[in-house]
Amino acid sequence: MNIDLITVAFVTGVLAASVRLATPILLTAVGEVFTERAGILNLGLEGTMLMGALGGFLGAYWTGNLWIGVLAAMVTGVIFGLLMGFISITVKANQVVAGLGITILGSGLSTLMFRLAFGLRSTPPTLDIFPTVPIPLLSDLPGLGPVLFEHNALVYLALILVPIAALLLYRTHFGLAIRAVGESPDAADTRGVNVSLTRYLSVIIGGALAGLGGGYLVLGSLGLFWTQMTAGRGFIAIAVVVFSKWDPVRALLGALVFGFASALQISLQTLRVPIASELLLMLPYIVTILVLISVSRRAEFPGAFVVPYYRGGEK
Amino acid sequence: MTANADSENQVPWKNIWARLYPAAFSLLLALLISGLLLLVSGRDPIAAYKGLLSGAFGTGNRFTETLVKMTPFLILAISVSVSFRCGVWNIGAEGQLILGAIASTWAALTFGALPLGFLAPLTIIAAIIGGAIWSGIAGALKAYFNANEVITTSMLNFIAVYFLAYLVNGPLMDPEGFNFPQSPLIRESLELPRLLQGGRLNIAFIVALLLVAGALFYWRSAQGFRTEIVGASRRVARHVGLNVKSNIILVTVISGGIAGIAGWGEIFGIHLRLIEAISVGMGSLAVVVALLGELHPIGMAVSAFLFAALVVGGNAMERNAGVPFALVDVIQGIIILLILARSFIFRGRPS
Repeated sequence: MNIDLITVAFVTGVLAASVRLATPILLTAVGEVFTERAGILNLGLEGTMLMGALGGFLGAYWTGNLWIGVLAAMVTGVIFGLLMGFISITVKANQVVAGLGITILGSGLSTLMFRLAFGLRSTPPTLDIFPTVPIPLLSDLPGLGPVLFEHNALVYLALILVPIAALLLYRTHFGLAIRAVGESPDAADTRGVNVSLTRYLSVIIGGALAGLGGGYLVLGSLGLFWTQMTAGRGFIAIAVVVFSKWDPVRALLGALVFGFASALQISLQTLRVPIASELLLMLPYIVTILVLISVSRRAEFPGAFVVPYYRGGEK
Repeated sequence: MTANADSENQVPWKNIWARLYPAAFSLLLALLISGLLLLVSGRDPIAAYKGLLSGAFGTGNRFTETLVKMTPFLILAISVSVSFRCGVWNIGAEGQLILGAIASTWAALTFGALPLGFLAPLTIIAAIIGGAIWSGIAGALKAYFNANEVITTSMLNFIAVYFLAYLVNGPLMDPEGFNFPQSPLIRESLELPRLLQGGRLNIAFIVALLLVAGALFYWRSAQGFRTEIVGASRRVARHVGLNVKSNIILVTVISGGIAGIAGWGEIFGIHLRLIEAISVGMGSLAVVVALLGELHPIGMAVSAFLFAALVVGGNAMERNAGVPFALVDVIQGIIILLILARSFIFRGRPS
């Protein structure tokens, strides 16, 4: 192990990488905060992210415009969110099974469509990702500058989204409606809130952001698509939501914990720590389990979590 | 539907056709939708499905290969169904299979000098323990920490995959294997006897059928009944004096042990050594097979056979018709969603 490599620049590098690696989890988790606040557990996020990654890739690759890729990723996510909404809100079926189905469908469909579009190639198609845009002045701050203010547009977008999501959830009528249908749909219904519509909007928000989270992997990080490239991030995002106590700001914290575990794993490999790389690769997943058990026992889930809503008499 | 499989399964299959017909409907509709998908993307769905069918049933050899593939699907489906009927959404069959494979191979390599009469049962026991521990972790975390089992079992799947990769690239790597990521071969006398000349069909298939019988027995036993009560309602279970926590841990341990047996069958019946690709896609297949079979042992045997045909045929389809195998994964996803939407489609209103 090469201790000399651990310098200030190295540490800020790891922290900056933590922010980048946290971004897809953050986007997806913030969306899922809305979905779960409305009483729906979307375990299909893994598949939704994969479809978003594919949509983002195709959109950007075919048009040459990264922002169209972003849009395509979000639209793909919305379609999968609507699918989840249809099964959990309209059909009122078991949400856990629906989520598994959507994850299996998303992973299969993204692979199939990619293969149908590009066939088997020895070198996969690639695209140029969003460039790093240092924010003037702020990026010169010692320490903090490179960690927070030397990223690409999508990372900034994800960070700005956190306060916006918090405002939307806590300070608007719409946010109140979402929390009401998740806590007590009966009461919300009596007060004139359209339970189904509010829940649909919440899975649409969740789907759009999960799609964007998947799209980030392609457009903001790797520049290419491959089968199962999300590697469990959809499930990790759900763990982050439990950790966040359904709060967007705490979701940022949770996503950063995961981002740090991933960045640490990568940097330990470059430091040539005498631990096999396969064991280091387990780190983010182990951290996720530890985080989940540290918060789950006392977690207060929304009152009507995973419970379909039937109007009085309907059933 | 799965959510209320608990009550339906109390009744033995009195009207088999009435039970089969919705499942067949889901399967056919999924094939139709996937076919349309192929058509839209400019492929010939008829040629694709022809390739699929002849790949799965074309010759006697193909047919036995379908039975070979059916073996782990069926064992894993029985494994997850035990958890599912207890309301524990254990999706960790893949990781549990891997741990079963690791533990049994390790036992075979470490205690290779023991007489066969000891060693052969030892490998099975090791597989069961390996899978049971891996699943029991998720069960205990759910029982004592309320940790969502879908997330923990999914994370444990990734950890198992990396653990396997670590072992075959490190401590268990074959010293004479030219640096291939694989363990040494198990000793020849441990290879599972083949059932037919030529094919790979072996004793593990019989084990799978025995597990079907075991599962039928389990659901008629007192413990099976307790499992279903806990699955139907935690509140009722507590009310009648059942220990919900210990039941959750028990069913996850049973599930994991069964999944471990699937890993044992793959190693000692097929691969004869530990390799990285022993479990690809099996976790999701286990879930789909179990759900399409309505979590009933016989139903799962039928759907395991169908999916084995789909997988064997899908591979042939990719080779011969150039249609990606991922089509089979798409069919799986559509089937689950159709099963859920079925009551809605049939009656035009929610169940």
